[in-house]
Amino acid sequence: MGKSKEQIYQITLGSGKTVPMREVLSFAYGEERYAAFTPVTQDSSSGEGEIAIARNSFGKYEVIEGDFADTLFNEFLERYEAEEAATAGKNATLSVTEYLRLNRLQKILYKTGRFFKAIPGWFAQKFKKLWQAVKNFGRKVAENVADIWTTFKNGSWKTRLSYLFMGFANYAHGQWLRGTLFFLMEAVFIFYMIFWGGYWLSKFGSLGTIAVIEKYDPILDVWTTEHVDNSFKILLYGLITIFFIVAFLYTWRLNVKQARILDEITASGKKVKSNKDDLHAVIDNQFHKTLLSLPVIGMVMFTILPIIFMILVAFTNYTFENDGYNNLFTWVGFENFNQIFAFGSKLSLSFGEILGWTLIWALFATFTNYFLGMFVAMLINRKGIRLKKLWRTLLVMTIAIPQFISLLYISNLFAENGFINGILMDWGWIDNPIPFWTDGTLAKVMVIVINIWVGIPYLMLITSGILMNIPQDLYESAKIDGANAFQQFRKITLPYMLFVTGPYLLTSFVSNINNFNVIYLLTQGGPLHYSWGAVGGYIPGDTTILITWLYGITTGAEANYAMASVIGILIFLVCAVISLILFNLMPSNKRENDYS
Amino acid sequence: MRDTSFDNKEVLDLDAGWGTAAEQEFDIESEDGTLVATAKHAARERESNAEQSVASAEWDTGFSGDGATRLSVAEKSAKEQRSKKKPGGQRTKRTVVNTIIHVALAALCIFWILPFVGILLESFRCESTGLAGYIWPKQWGIANYVRLFTETKFPRWFGSTLVMGFATAVVQTIFQLAVAYALSRNRFKGRKLLMNVMLIFGMFPGFLTLILLYTWMHDWNLTDANAMWGLIIIYTASSGMGYHIAKGFFDTISHSIDEAAKIDGATQFQIFRKLILPLSKPIIIYTILMGFMAPWGDFVMATFMANNASSGYNVAAGLQWLLTDSMKNDYYTTFCAGGVTVAVPITVLFMCLQKYYVTGVTGGAVKG
Repeated sequence: MGKSKEQIYQITLGSGKTVPMREVLSFAYGEERYAAFTPVTQDSSSGEGEIAIARNSFGKYEVIEGDFADTLFNEFLERYEAEEAATAGKNATLSVTEYLRLNRLQKILYKTGRFFKAIPGWFAQKFKKLWQAVKNFGRKVAENVADIWTTFKNGSWKTRLSYLFMGFANYAHGQWLRGTLFFLMEAVFIFYMIFWGGYWLSKFGSLGTIAVIEKYDPILDVWTTEHVDNSFKILLYGLITIFFIVAFLYTWRLNVKQARILDEITASGKKVKSNKDDLHAVIDNQFHKTLLSLPVIGMVMFTILPIIFMILVAFTNYTFENDGYNNLFTWVGFENFNQIFAFGSKLSLSFGEILGWTLIWALFATFTNYFLGMFVAMLINRKGIRLKKLWRTLLVMTIAIPQFISLLYISNLFAENGFINGILMDWGWIDNPIPFWTDGTLAKVMVIVINIWVGIPYLMLITSGILMNIPQDLYESAKIDGANAFQQFRKITLPYMLFVTGPYLLTSFVSNINNFNVIYLLTQGGPLHYSWGAVGGYIPGDTTILITWLYGITTGAEANYAMASVIGILIFLVCAVISLILFNLMPSNKRENDYS
Repeated sequence: MRDTSFDNKEVLDLDAGWGTAAEQEFDIESEDGTLVATAKHAARERESNAEQSVASAEWDTGFSGDGATRLSVAEKSAKEQRSKKKPGGQRTKRTVVNTIIHVALAALCIFWILPFVGILLESFRCESTGLAGYIWPKQWGIANYVRLFTETKFPRWFGSTLVMGFATAVVQTIFQLAVAYALSRNRFKGRKLLMNVMLIFGMFPGFLTLILLYTWMHDWNLTDANAMWGLIIIYTASSGMGYHIAKGFFDTISHSIDEAAKIDGATQFQIFRKLILPLSKPIIIYTILMGFMAPWGDFVMATFMANNASSGYNVAAGLQWLLTDSMKNDYYTTFCAGGVTVAVPITVLFMCLQKYYVTGVTGGAVKG
């Protein structure tokens, strides 16, 4: 890249506004860091943290001195512009010096303000990206179609024949291994479509019309019932057929592409790959495909297909009653979603309550465990503490014991006629049993507390190693500067830990949203809230979280599978949105160099 | 710095699952289509990898009880200086604090162990079989264990869980290592798509598919009393999606080993089999351990697949069934006996292999 560009100190944004370079930099890399930014000229040797930006012939900014890449800078510039646009007119972005002059409260206010104001811009950006992805996809499809057409136009007769008989070109060039695979795919596909696929696909739109035919048998003088359509099977096999069609189209495209490549190779006079080469590639060049094949097939069959099936179920009225066998079910569009979001209905009320509690639960479960686990780890790591190994081993042992044993036992310890109430009454401290599991608020507190019991050993284990890894001289110098234990924790330990374990916190928050075991084994979701009404024969309760609700609705006496699917989709959305937001907030995501 | 060499890209891409999004952003938004790894990132990666190995090394020393060896020289000298200044006050204060901490730790550990002691004691209680307001048995005996093995189907539950444990351990390990290796060592078309698909579908709650999987397995007669086989398929079929930890581990193994072997004419398979696998012992053991332990704790899938046919339960479903309201009064102490019978072998196994467990979980947590 040529360096014959002029040095830039100011950047002109899309809006026409001109801002100093240091402002963009400090936005990108944290306020303090580039507060003292001085642009360097090209000839002067640059010191650390100095940076020079120039504009190249394409009008893009380029980093010509400094330790990060151009595109990264341009990306930050884009973000800066987006934020700029979002805040324009409302609360002008403060310059770094202005910001540093604020007091602590104002700083916090300013930051939260900026955070919330950035949200619309952030969403807009995501949508822009999504739109771009759609556009890209469309472009790719168009390119492929064009390519298929030109291949046919320019190809040899062998190539043209392989449009109809897959693998013909491969055979013609002696690649019978590939040719046979292509041919088999085509044969199986046609066979399947004629005998089964067509039938399933033709019923897919209605999910069946006749469930049962009553027939009179004159010889035996009885009425017999004959089952005709089965909505469940139609939906499932219809979906499988669609999967198969997509796979076939992909293979067909591959076949055309290979025919073209074979044409090109023979035209250039080179040798085509032999069957031996192909076989060898399975353990060499293409070894990753060999490795991935089985796991990916397993995943498609047992995760992706079932999940797409259940997503489709959310748009039907599939319930215990309409089981698709005795009573057919059919498409109902967004009916189920309407029910759950209908303002003021029982269902939407209980959904709101349960969602709220799920988030509160996940928040408490994650952070209480995190901080208390870290605290215990710090206690054990402290110098002068003896028997470190013993303490750790005792705590770690509790991880090994299957949760269902310990949690079921604890649940019974706190039962009305369990040990805790028994001993408290024995000692005369209480007259009546404490309703640990039958009082809503108390039950909520109990599950959080017991979750601490479950989680601390695990967190202790994770954080111990990381804590030992913090450079000790940081603490030493802090001590010399007169920092007390809490200040050391606040200023050294915590930032370091948050930085290193940021991704872990995110995963554990999401997995706590889906923490079925603790809730189900302790309370089964109770104490029940009869006023919320039952869905699928399951009445949710005070400690019910979304995942136990889903389970209850699926396994209840009058299971409502459609509603369960709706809740499943909503759980996914909640997890996805939270992951996206938290991932963008995570310290490890920005300022990557600060602690390394 | 600006010449983003292929090497740097490699290192950047070595991010474990969490890196996906970041990676992606870079790749999508690079205008000119070039690789935009900065040396900075690469350095960070290398450092965090190094950090990790240090972390596990530190952990080992920590475990053998000599945390004090971590005192740096500077610290020691500083300490000496201080103790010279005020020898008495500082030391007594420290002793007092440490004593308090010791007491607190002892209390914590007792608190943590108590439920297990409780289960153990109650499993020997012979005078009654239901819940009791006390823990110490009035009459000791092994009647509960005898009942467990004769009156309930516990031997069958235990046997099938054992089979499931072994099967899951084997298949899951193969799948996870295969996926992790393929994603860690190769850059192929569709790699990012595959990782994103796994990320997205991994966010759907697994229970969602219960009803479909049951119906499906039912068609093949792999439910109810045969639930064991159906469960093995369900546990293992998509286990490749949990590749993150193994991938994180493979990422830390230097690529120069592969390069050297490739120059010597080794195939990819030989590199995997003869070079990478022998280096991956900790992560293999971790994956086996996790796979083996999974079926022991799962009661949701197990209960659902067995569909009230108690002979198809695994230990978790079976023992939980003993605590349903209609059974509880007769079988509570039997449940305790079952809990002990299950927990003891699992715990012993776990404690023997805990070193590897620590490698796995800390690796998984730290990978940024």
